[in-house]
Amino acid sequence: MATTLAPPPRHVSPPPTARRRIRRALRRRPGKLTYLMLTAIAFFSFFPLYWSVVVASQDNSALGKIPPPVLLGSNLWFNLKRAFTMVPFEKALINSFLVAGAITVSVVLFSTLAGFAFAKLRFRGRNILLLSIIGTMMVPTTLGIIPLYMLMAKIQWTGTIYAVIVPAMVNGFGVFFMTQYLTEAVPTELLEAGRVDGCSTIRLFWHVVLPAARPAAAVLGMLTFLTAWNDFFWPLVVLTPEDPTVQVVLSTLSAGRITDYSLALTGALIAILPLLIVFVVLGKQIIGGIMQGAVKG
Amino acid sequence: MTQLATEERAGPRRGLLHRLDVKGSPYLYIAPFFILFLGFGVFPLIFTAWVSLHEWSLLSEEHTWIGFGNYTKLFDDPAFWNALWNTVSIWVISTVPQLVLALVLAHILNQRLRGQTFWRMSALIPNITSVAAVAIIFSQLFGRDYGLFNWVLGLFGIDKIDWTANTWSSHVAVSTMIIWRWTGYNALIYLAAMQAVPKELYDSASLDGASSFQQLRKITVPAIRPTIIFTVIISTIGGMQVLAEPLLFGGNGLTGGSDRQFQTLALYLYEVAFGRFDFGYASASSWVMFLIIVIVAAINFGIISRLRRS
Repeated sequence: MATTLAPPPRHVSPPPTARRRIRRALRRRPGKLTYLMLTAIAFFSFFPLYWSVVVASQDNSALGKIPPPVLLGSNLWFNLKRAFTMVPFEKALINSFLVAGAITVSVVLFSTLAGFAFAKLRFRGRNILLLSIIGTMMVPTTLGIIPLYMLMAKIQWTGTIYAVIVPAMVNGFGVFFMTQYLTEAVPTELLEAGRVDGCSTIRLFWHVVLPAARPAAAVLGMLTFLTAWNDFFWPLVVLTPEDPTVQVVLSTLSAGRITDYSLALTGALIAILPLLIVFVVLGKQIIGGIMQGAVKG
Repeated sequence: MTQLATEERAGPRRGLLHRLDVKGSPYLYIAPFFILFLGFGVFPLIFTAWVSLHEWSLLSEEHTWIGFGNYTKLFDDPAFWNALWNTVSIWVISTVPQLVLALVLAHILNQRLRGQTFWRMSALIPNITSVAAVAIIFSQLFGRDYGLFNWVLGLFGIDKIDWTANTWSSHVAVSTMIIWRWTGYNALIYLAAMQAVPKELYDSASLDGASSFQQLRKITVPAIRPTIIFTVIISTIGGMQVLAEPLLFGGNGLTGGSDRQFQTLALYLYEVAFGRFDFGYASASSWVMFLIIVIVAAINFGIISRLRRS
């Protein structure tokens, strides 16, 4: 990404050689058309979100008008209050934070541990075990839902957030991601030096690996949080409408032949908002993480 | 070498502990992953196979062995074939435009842009929106009487479309949700791959007077082909499991429209398992679903390895 820095201002830069000058002139310099297209793309990206604010701020009679209202109304506060009284939204938000938070901490911790072992330690069966972890990434989650439900019913976890947290506490992607990162980020010499000084493996992990892993752990944490927050199918199956996550509440709100759309989109807005805030603050890192993960894929 | 040195210095007792630490601790570190994954990943998978060979209902304690009975029943089940067909149709309608658009978008983003982070963020923002929220917002936009899309079409003199009522229109609507949510994500993956393509290739192409579009077709696409196939595999796995969009688009109905016109495989699975509580039958269909994914992924892998060789 460093290659995309803006060129230095012309008057201070030394005169470029002929070759470089040609290259610089040729290298596609984005024109007006590019920015026009980008603006159009941004419009399509943001519009549905804007639209959810519009609908959430109207009452239903305004939504039944032709042409539909495209500007904000004054009912947002009213709809918010309605959403919080008609469905257990408070509980859902707390549950979603607990679920996504617990899953994130656990995935990051266990992935870093396993990633350290796979990247830097020698043990029998290492390659085949790592390969089997990569294999698990291909298995569709939908497949295990029925027996998982039966299992949860057996240990009486259905309807509790444990049922959502525990199966998601590890995943193959996390281990793979951390293995890749730690292979390069932790110098083997440093570990060996630590060994010479009599450091145990766990101390090496704590004092050498963990600090080095921090940037990748942050990215993995953000991606995990996003996925956990947005997860829909399994929470819908195993939780009840009385003690739901945010996504389950959304399905309650949209149920029925005739949906109360100002209410449903208010719900959607509440569900999106926390992630939107995270994204505005940490968007650059999240994008970096996705692109990093892609190069390895 | 270094290990030897440690053991010499540390003496026999410390040496034993040390060796135990070196040999044993790796397994300790990977244990959490494997224990949890065996319990909640592998076991359910195998158990699904076992359940699929039984008449197994959540409502009764008795489970009768019926061999492949569920599977033969499945192949005679028009609702299953309908769901499979819908899934494939939605997958094609959503994946093809999505990946083409993503390529173009990545090509546009792959320049020295002012406000680069902003443009990238605006590409990714649909992807961080939860699938349930996307489905709800678009269901409103696709409303027959008061939806914005029909109103805009009306400006062009096109009659109101009852999006949920027909097969093709509902597939288009569901696919639109998928396209909106995933195009930017795939674009960023392509962008990452594009940045590894040597810039000199583009320079000499420009010298020869190649247009931007020609460069995309002749240089970029061949160079990032493995990444393209990777995204095809990922969207295949995702496409076979589409559930939230058709579920919420149909107002939470398990059948995906009154005539099952947009019921996907995953939604059918959900209906059989948690609408009818026929777990044996649902398990059979989830295994068939898995096999379909494996076959499609294997075909993709075959194409990749052939490309790598050539």
